Amino acid sequence: MAKRLSRSTIRLESCPSIQAWAAVGGKMEGEGPLADEFDFLNPDTTFGESTWEKAESRMMRTAVDRAFAKAKVCPSDVDIIFAGDLLNQCVGSTYGLRELEIPFLGLYGACSTMAESLCMASLFIEGGLAERTAAVTSSHFCSAERQFRFPLEYGGQRAPTAQWTATASGAALVGRSMAAPFVREVCIGSIVDLGITDAANMGAAMAPAAASTIAAYFHDTHLKPADFDRIFTGDLGLVGSTLLLELLEREGLPISAQHADCGLLLYDRQSQDVHAGGSGCGCSASVLCSHILPRVQKGEWKDVLFVATGALMSPTLVQQGESIPGIAHLLHISNTRGKEGM
Amino acid sequence: MKKLTKNEYSTLADKASPPTKSYRTIPTAFLVGGLICTLGQGLLNLYQYLGLPEKTASAAVSVSLIFLSVLATGLNVYDNLAKYAGAGTLVPITGFANAVASPALEFKSEGLILGIGAKLFTISGPVIVYGIAASCVYGLLYYLFG
Repeated sequence: MAKRLSRSTIRLESCPSIQAWAAVGGKMEGEGPLADEFDFLNPDTTFGESTWEKAESRMMRTAVDRAFAKAKVCPSDVDIIFAGDLLNQCVGSTYGLRELEIPFLGLYGACSTMAESLCMASLFIEGGLAERTAAVTSSHFCSAERQFRFPLEYGGQRAPTAQWTATASGAALVGRSMAAPFVREVCIGSIVDLGITDAANMGAAMAPAAASTIAAYFHDTHLKPADFDRIFTGDLGLVGSTLLLELLEREGLPISAQHADCGLLLYDRQSQDVHAGGSGCGCSASVLCSHILPRVQKGEWKDVLFVATGALMSPTLVQQGESIPGIAHLLHISNTRGKEGM
Repeated sequence: MKKLTKNEYSTLADKASPPTKSYRTIPTAFLVGGLICTLGQGLLNLYQYLGLPEKTASAAVSVSLIFLSVLATGLNVYDNLAKYAGAGTLVPITGFANAVASPALEFKSEGLILGIGAKLFTISGPVIVYGIAASCVYGLLYYLFG
């Protein structure tokens, strides 16, 4: 049974197991440092579809199909799927998954959605509500640009603090088994808003939420940063990562030795024109499913924290002068089922 | 978490955010913008040399620059140039042409009416609205005091 350590932190005593995963990316991701670790990279950003929204749906479906194939399961073996993306009405997910006939719950947590969906997928297993669940998210640079910013061919300049929406998707299957990796705890973040209004600086908008969730987790579990091999944030990028380290330093929780950011891992900032780093639901999802989970499975890393961060930004509200609320959800992913207390 | 005020955080965030490299962007904007204007002047001289009167020749220059900008937009070149040139490609008439052509390309997937028709002026619309409004005010002042 799950044990509540606080309002936000829940220990999953049955330790749901992440049984299979897959990461799919586009052209830019294929030119990045993690290219070799992806399951599938499509140099054709349209994924063979006629619009960017359909391309994103196709990409998400590809990630799900790959994860199912790796686990040798068919859609009818999955009791529930949690999915989300950045598009209005979450159409990347709904159109991508509509043919699967799996009970579906759509989620929106902006770029934090992979952690949110994986939390839900693990909690449903822990609570005995399902035997096998799936979590999947995606983002597509081109569909995100046209919804949130400018047409692709518009000759604008991006701010140095701006981040590049990843064209990527990650899917994970969760169930009950004795094979690593396991989800040991989840920490559901609260919305934190410290007044950032610049939509081109989402790392700064999200950093306080990440700091708040990480601090709450360490407080509730009495664990220390040194108990973990790595602490991954979702897509804080260069600016947000600097701010996160600074905020946690003030809390007496230095994590610079363990911290890495998915948005800084996915691309090479020196050679790829991504400014402050990658972002998007697909950024943390694909880094989790390509880079992190295989290493935890092999035992190269025993314990990691996966803290996906989201800027709950609406172009309409930003135009109305509102600031950008941030959110971060955390999962403790481990190579071992562990004992009580760790 | 220790409470941090919005002002305190704003100071921290400003410190962590790299500024625009103005020493590079401003000269590039000046050079590219200047080159576009020089091209315009060259075309003006050419059209006049070919026998067009000055007024017709300057209209022909605008048409030529708009054509070149829309062509470059369609060929996926203009935005790559603008990435470096900034205001240098934005301010001349070529920037306006790009601001109309790029939504046309982007929103053609939603059809001729609700896609291209409705979205064509999403970027350039404010320029047209306030340009016309300003010219009305100017016209009125000119009528009264000119």
